[in-house]
Amino acid sequence: MADEALFLLLHNEMVTGVYKSADQGEVENGRCITKLENMGFRVGQGLIERFTKDTARFKDELDIMKFICKDFWTTIFKKQIDNLRTNHQGIYVLQDNKFRLLTQMSAGKQYLDHAPKYLAFTCGLIRGGLSNLGIKSIVTAEVSAMPACKFQVMIQKI
Amino acid sequence: TVHTSLDVVDEKVSAMGKALVDQRELYLGLLYPTEDYKVYGYVTNSKVKFVMVVDSSNTALRDNEIRSMFRKLHNSYTDVMCNPFYNPGDRIHSRAFDNMVTSMMVQVC
Repeated sequence: MADEALFLLLHNEMVTGVYKSADQGEVENGRCITKLENMGFRVGQGLIERFTKDTARFKDELDIMKFICKDFWTTIFKKQIDNLRTNHQGIYVLQDNKFRLLTQMSAGKQYLDHAPKYLAFTCGLIRGGLSNLGIKSIVTAEVSAMPACKFQVMIQKI
Repeated sequence: TVHTSLDVVDEKVSAMGKALVDQRELYLGLLYPTEDYKVYGYVTNSKVKFVMVVDSSNTALRDNEIRSMFRKLHNSYTDVMCNPFYNPGDRIHSRAFDNMVTSMMVQVC
């Protein structure tokens, strides 16, 4: 589908663009990752507003996380999260075994150290979406073998 | 008036968890003996509250008109959210949003 490829290519260009326009100091101390994450945050806020316009009210936190795993992920990446785990104390792990933004990169350990750059935007997306739903959180991602990756969401109780 | 109505909105939202799973919340609350206003509330999933204050003398306004007005408000708000020049939490400066609200109010009065 054309629109899927569009987002993928645009996202890759965005990552390259952010790194190209940064100086050496920024690349080293992770400012680029932060920039990408903040971009994702703002986009996530707008997206969640659109997506939840017509849905019923969410009962609780778990309901919201399920929404993120199913509808949110499906609308953006055309598939659901494969596995959601929680310790029921505010930590959720979302596992995607075939993350769309990584499938074109490799199918194993090659380019593993570049993966975080491509996951920052999506972490921001999740964080932004949750923030607009009233949940403050910290989202991190880890990859052990592409294209599978895990997003860890830590809910901050204010 | 608006501030007290915000408290009622919060009350309703927390009570709602058991009953309906519907997004909408239309209520006729806070009819003060002195001021004669009707206040309607609507809360989105993103915890944004819309409060509408209507003059009591305007009895022609029906339930579904209020609902459709809230619908339009919600749609315009979503558009404002997606505007890159808008920072969530700021006052809304969008002219399109203002025009939509003004046209709705003119229609009613």
